[in-house]
Amino acid sequence: MKTICFYFQIHQPFRLKRYRFFDIGVDHYYYDDFNNENIIHRIAERSYIPANRVLLEMIQNSGGKFKVAFSITGMALEQLEVYVPEVIDGLKELAKTGCVEFLAETYAHSLASLSDPEEFIRQVKSHVNKIETLFGQKPKVFRNTELIYSDEIGDLVASMGYDTMITEGAKHVLGWKSPNFLYHSVNNKNLKLLLKNSKLSDDIAFRFSNYEWDQYPLTADKFISWIANYPENEQLINLFMNYETLGEMQRKETGIFEFMKALPRFAEEKRISFSTPTEVSKKMKPVAPYAVPYPISWTDEERDLSAWMGNILQKEAFEKLYSIGERVHLCNDRRLQHDWLYLQSCDHFFYMCTKHFSDGAVHAHFSPYESPYEAFNNYMNVLGDFIDRVNSKFPTSIDNEELNSLLTTIHNQDKEINELKEEIKILRSKKKQPMREISSITPEQ
Amino acid sequence: MKALMFGWEFPPHILGGLGTASYGLTKGMSKQSDMEIIFVIPKPWGDEDQSFLKIIGACNTPVVWKDVRWEYVRDRLGSTMSHDDYYRMRDHIYADFSYKYTNDLGCIEFSGRYPDNLLEEINNYSIVAGVIARTYPCDVIHSHDWLTYPAGIHAKNVTGKPLVIHVHATDFDRSRGNVNPQVYGIEKDGMDHADHIITVSNLTRNTVIEKYYIDPRKVTTVHNAVEPLDPEIEAIQSRSGTKDKVVTFLGRITMQKGPEYFVEAAYRVLQKADNVRFVMAGSGDKMNEMIRHAAYRKISDKFHFTGFLKGKQVYEMLKSSDVYVMPSVSEPFGISPLEAMQVGVPSIVSKQSGCAEILENVIKTDYWDIDAMADAIYSIITYPSMYTYLKEEGKKEVDEIKWEYAGQKVRRIYDAVCGIKQY
Repeated sequence: MKTICFYFQIHQPFRLKRYRFFDIGVDHYYYDDFNNENIIHRIAERSYIPANRVLLEMIQNSGGKFKVAFSITGMALEQLEVYVPEVIDGLKELAKTGCVEFLAETYAHSLASLSDPEEFIRQVKSHVNKIETLFGQKPKVFRNTELIYSDEIGDLVASMGYDTMITEGAKHVLGWKSPNFLYHSVNNKNLKLLLKNSKLSDDIAFRFSNYEWDQYPLTADKFISWIANYPENEQLINLFMNYETLGEMQRKETGIFEFMKALPRFAEEKRISFSTPTEVSKKMKPVAPYAVPYPISWTDEERDLSAWMGNILQKEAFEKLYSIGERVHLCNDRRLQHDWLYLQSCDHFFYMCTKHFSDGAVHAHFSPYESPYEAFNNYMNVLGDFIDRVNSKFPTSIDNEELNSLLTTIHNQDKEINELKEEIKILRSKKKQPMREISSITPEQ
Repeated sequence: MKALMFGWEFPPHILGGLGTASYGLTKGMSKQSDMEIIFVIPKPWGDEDQSFLKIIGACNTPVVWKDVRWEYVRDRLGSTMSHDDYYRMRDHIYADFSYKYTNDLGCIEFSGRYPDNLLEEINNYSIVAGVIARTYPCDVIHSHDWLTYPAGIHAKNVTGKPLVIHVHATDFDRSRGNVNPQVYGIEKDGMDHADHIITVSNLTRNTVIEKYYIDPRKVTTVHNAVEPLDPEIEAIQSRSGTKDKVVTFLGRITMQKGPEYFVEAAYRVLQKADNVRFVMAGSGDKMNEMIRHAAYRKISDKFHFTGFLKGKQVYEMLKSSDVYVMPSVSEPFGISPLEAMQVGVPSIVSKQSGCAEILENVIKTDYWDIDAMADAIYSIITYPSMYTYLKEEGKKEVDEIKWEYAGQKVRRIYDAVCGIKQY
């Protein structure tokens, strides 16, 4: 029996405000609140809220047969909590049905997996905590930022105790193979991989309302029949996309919600079920290894890192940012930790992309800046200020290792002093008791 | 002495140094009691300072006779020009230009910038010059920069008065030697027809003599100067919030200004000092390349781009700076280091800049000598005595460079071409 695995990504970055050279050292607030609020309101209204309602309806009408997974970044959750908490309520309601799974990922939707494993682990942990407190579910399946994956990242994720991960079915890696099977990591047989079916996912996400597409209009009937016509042994269809696809990228006027609503009925007719990633991982057996020596992602034509680290600007910004990661963690300043997370969102690098043609148009569509160079200048100004703030905590002449050991010594000294003080107190109070009799005779002061 | 001047820019709406120099020079010359100046620009905005000269807009000069009521003309021209001037000029239309596109007042429209059809605008400008020259009698015609040379030649032919052309830049400066033949043609034509040529530096004078084959006797250098600072500008405070020293490049980011040498020098300084930030202010066709270059050198967290600055922002930037650098590859004059020195910022200029000829209290390096430039930047930001000396002496020096003196030199040239004896 074939099964469809739906998974939606929800992410919104904290976009930066116009930050001038003159603001460096003066203004330490970097975010464009107005724009961020505006955007999340708009998207919630057009997409998240109606989509939550539709999915809930689908689950109820199908008697729990329709299933879906979400991966929601910490950045998005923070903004939703502040600006449109009703979206969170909607998601909680979905969570209660038991047909919805939440996935683990990096809190800041960051690229930490590529350069800073410690930071990566820290972020995943804080994301898992956040999901658990909000939705009462401990994520069991991992998906990395923008489905970025390589063998090395797979090892890292497996070492954190995950046995299933989601990634892209990249053509240049798969070759003749089909994404419609469960795979496993080449280094580790126990790490199962669900691969995105790019063709079908993009049919919904990008081509659904495209008049020029020869398959337009796409109906649920047609879509399900394509799946049914796959060879009998290809049993797993992974449809991964942004949640904004429903309502924002494909407006409700295009009939996207009606399309979704009709899916379970036609699926049932063709005896196709829906599953969450965990169920897939439990039920199915991996058929072959998936070897990815160089990182892949689900973005752009190349399906690699070029959307965020393709040009010299992006590399420079990325390297500068992670060069101070260690320092940031030596400081206990909460605002610094916050900014550190917000500045890591991969979107900032996405805006600096200088590609042309259709991919370039996608980058420009999402970017709040006029050009990638402007995006870079603004980000580097902010980063310049941030680095100054971090460096002002401790003298830069001391290197990280030395600083770390000094901080440990200071910390331990504190502890030791406190312990000794306690001891003195105890000793004094012990001493005082026999003294009292004497003191009553001759007062000391 | 009545002078008819043709210019392309006039403050406050300026795009480059030409406007600033035109303003300073005319203001300096207006201190001479018998000097009357009519200044023609393509498109006045109405907020220009007309207290010491009269501005005529080429876009307000009729070339086709239209029967319009004076109330209408008054309303249409607003504060840019009086309607009397309009009717005076309408009486001097000299040929039928009705094949040209004109507006309701019979005027040709101008952008007042440097548009793609620049050559057409230059041509239109000289058509208009014919009307103006016939309307306003003058003793001498003075053309600023190549855009207005054809207009000057036309006016000379109409009136028979001597033509002085003012070379603020040549195409050799703008293109590092790869001249545009059309531009060169216009420049050469203007120089050949001129009775006298004023250059803004000896550097430019040499270019004019060597590259345009002009008789040296016909070419005189009159160095530019600076306007004293407005009290309003004097009161602007530094806005820099960073504790680091700030080293600034300010100008169009084009090949002529040598921005890549600044980036390279910055890279070298940052290897030795980390208490310094570099700012490249301005915009231009090399900006994106420079952003990439800074990223390639991995100094982008200490190297900032502000984009185009205007008006007060320029002085805010200067006042926030500790060092000003102008690494121009070929700069006819370069007023900006003088402006920096006025607000007390030590300056480093390339030896290939015209202003280096007259400035003493600046550091001069070859534009290509990035090590020397880095050295100079490093010593100014590191040694307080060096900084203080250049700051104070530089200010003293630049306060003595006045447009009034430059105006007197120009006046002597006028007298000579008009055949008036010197006393």
